[in-house]
Amino acid sequence: MSGQPLLALERVSQVFRTRQGQVRAVDDVSLAVEPGQVVCLVGESGSGKTTSAKIAAGLRRPTSGAVRFQGQDIWRMDRNQFRGYRRAVQYIHQDPYASLNPVHTVFDTVAAPLRHHGLVRGHAETLRRASDLLVEVDLTPPENFLFKYPHQLSGGQRQRVSVARALTLHPLLIAADEATSMLDVSIRVSMLNMLKRLSADLGVGFLFITHDLAIAKYFAWSGHIAVMYLGRVVEYGPTPTIINAPRHPYTRALLSAIPEPDPDLTRHRDRLQLRGVDVASLLHVPSGCSFHPRCPLSEQGLCDVLRPELAPIDPRRDVACHVVAREKTEKVVASHPEGAACGPEVVASHPEGAACGPEVVASHPEGAACGPEVVAS
Amino acid sequence: MTTVGAQPTTTPQPAAAAQDEPILSVRDLCVEYRAAAGIVRAVEGASFDLHAGETIALIGESGSGKTTLGLGVLRLLPKSGRTPRGQILYRRRDGRIEDVLKLPNEELRRFRWQECAMVFQAAQNALNPVARVWDQMLDTVRAHRGARRDEVRERCERLLGMVQLEPQRVLHAFPHELSGGMRQRVLIAMSLLLDPQVLILDEPTTALDILTQRAIIEVLRSVRAELHFAMLFISHDLSLAAELADRVATMYAGKVVELGTVRDIFYDPKHPYTLGLIKAVPPVAGDLFEISSIAGTPPNLLNLPPGCSFHPRCAYARGQCTTDVPPLYAVAAGHASACHYWSEVQLSRKVIDARSGSLLPAGEAVPSPGEAAG
Repeated sequence: MSGQPLLALERVSQVFRTRQGQVRAVDDVSLAVEPGQVVCLVGESGSGKTTSAKIAAGLRRPTSGAVRFQGQDIWRMDRNQFRGYRRAVQYIHQDPYASLNPVHTVFDTVAAPLRHHGLVRGHAETLRRASDLLVEVDLTPPENFLFKYPHQLSGGQRQRVSVARALTLHPLLIAADEATSMLDVSIRVSMLNMLKRLSADLGVGFLFITHDLAIAKYFAWSGHIAVMYLGRVVEYGPTPTIINAPRHPYTRALLSAIPEPDPDLTRHRDRLQLRGVDVASLLHVPSGCSFHPRCPLSEQGLCDVLRPELAPIDPRRDVACHVVAREKTEKVVASHPEGAACGPEVVASHPEGAACGPEVVASHPEGAACGPEVVAS
Repeated sequence: MTTVGAQPTTTPQPAAAAQDEPILSVRDLCVEYRAAAGIVRAVEGASFDLHAGETIALIGESGSGKTTLGLGVLRLLPKSGRTPRGQILYRRRDGRIEDVLKLPNEELRRFRWQECAMVFQAAQNALNPVARVWDQMLDTVRAHRGARRDEVRERCERLLGMVQLEPQRVLHAFPHELSGGMRQRVLIAMSLLLDPQVLILDEPTTALDILTQRAIIEVLRSVRAELHFAMLFISHDLSLAAELADRVATMYAGKVVELGTVRDIFYDPKHPYTLGLIKAVPPVAGDLFEISSIAGTPPNLLNLPPGCSFHPRCAYARGQCTTDVPPLYAVAAGHASACHYWSEVQLSRKVIDARSGSLLPAGEAVPSPGEAAG
């Protein structure tokens, strides 16, 4: 897409000081959301997804790097501009039991931003706008909900109120932090479908955070996915590419570890085996590539020394991995047919999605041999 | 109702399971809670058989009664709960069959953990925060049988090894020194200390990260293969059932509404609620399916709709459904559904975008779901 992105994080880092030392929760992350687009941040707990979203929504000032909204650095804006940015970017929290004020009715909650920003005049208009918003999030008929307190609502209904509150100011972007993860299966789906509808009908962009790749696939199919690990983005690209043909070993491990709701498929697929189960502590991030202690492709003298930068390996995606990046150059030089083992054609021919199983790792013995030269290059 | 051991070929059964007699046979079990607003029937007439070495998954949404059923089997209900009706027949190793509901207190205490152990939901809170793992394990064994310290030690080390933990490191740790996944594995090891025949797990992987979930699934699979216990696990996560279960029971509003082999349930569900659950879960691999929610909300257990309690949400409901409570109809050998119109229920999924979507060149837009579906 041409023109400037709606919102961009530029080399953003967030360092927290704790008693045990410094924690780099977000480390040099760059991301951009185009108007009306969906970008999904996925990763395990502690990967920095929530902190990144809070930085994007202006709820947290990054230690370094810039957040630009329509090209302007939000931390250099004047009062009025910042107010405009705050209206345009809304945040939905994970826990609908904690994010609504228990002594305010639904109406109070939804009306507060309308009044604060002077968007309504008089009680009747406020009531009408609030009702419209409840209809928008499928809380119908609105009269049944307007004067209820959060404790009278189910988790799904509360989360809808949070969405209605986020919509009050006609946002251009909603940062949704695990907005569906605390809901039951069926309620989660209606919530997701509602958010998809908002994205399509109102053209709202989403920065959508989830640990669940199935949800990411469904919600962001026409958007992008950024996979995070220990505060860094390790793979970024269009959702179908990332889901069907992941390249970074961490993304591949994540995708192959997911249990599928299909007994034959889930019991017989090949899985990428990691060398270690446990995520390193953010207090002691491993040297070089922070994934190297668990990575089956890790090469001594390379991955544990040099930190890989997120760089394009093909026109569609960026990967932060030395080994994958080198395979790409080899592929280009020799136009090696097996080099494309993880490419889309294999995936397409392989209905079980097992294309990225361990055999791929094994099929690159040459890769291991040429470690040292790459360091030199 | 008879349940036939028609096992999918994917799960080898230990030889001991050849005998047809179930190890745990729940018959018409009801559980009630006294609440301020009245008496709530949390489980209504649940019946199923668990055979030696077999794994059954109880699936359903919150409030469907699955956890209550699991607790009921061990008689671990809170004070407000009681079981007005039903039998829980347990077959001991020597072949004696006893009704758990009739066990006197001391025998019940021994039954728990030694015969039937439970791994509770929220592993974080199930361990004593001020005792080292070793002390908790030793206490457990000593509460049930006299045992020499070094024997206990040996068993602990073996079990911790089986769940992929380093015994030397873990035994002397306090729970807060372990990650969530490690604590969950410690609990699994502890539950197996007294070599129970049945293990009940409540949401064993909920709230864990994907790679940790995977580790727990593999651990459960390998430990089960080695020790041959039967497993009853409770989960809202259908994928977990697809991974581990031989048979699946779907629960809705306190009732078992469908029971069948894992392949029956996932490939040929015959109850609209099971169908709805399956259609609500998006798979990661393969095509992009449309997912849809189940209309409406779960009923209030104090005020259940007449007839089939699912009928207000059901696309197949008509006449009979609003008046007659459906019994569990036999659909096929070992497959039963509590739906009057089970023969009409057919699983089909709408593909929004085939996975070839990934082959689109970089610049080309993927069609939006609405367009592609039309």
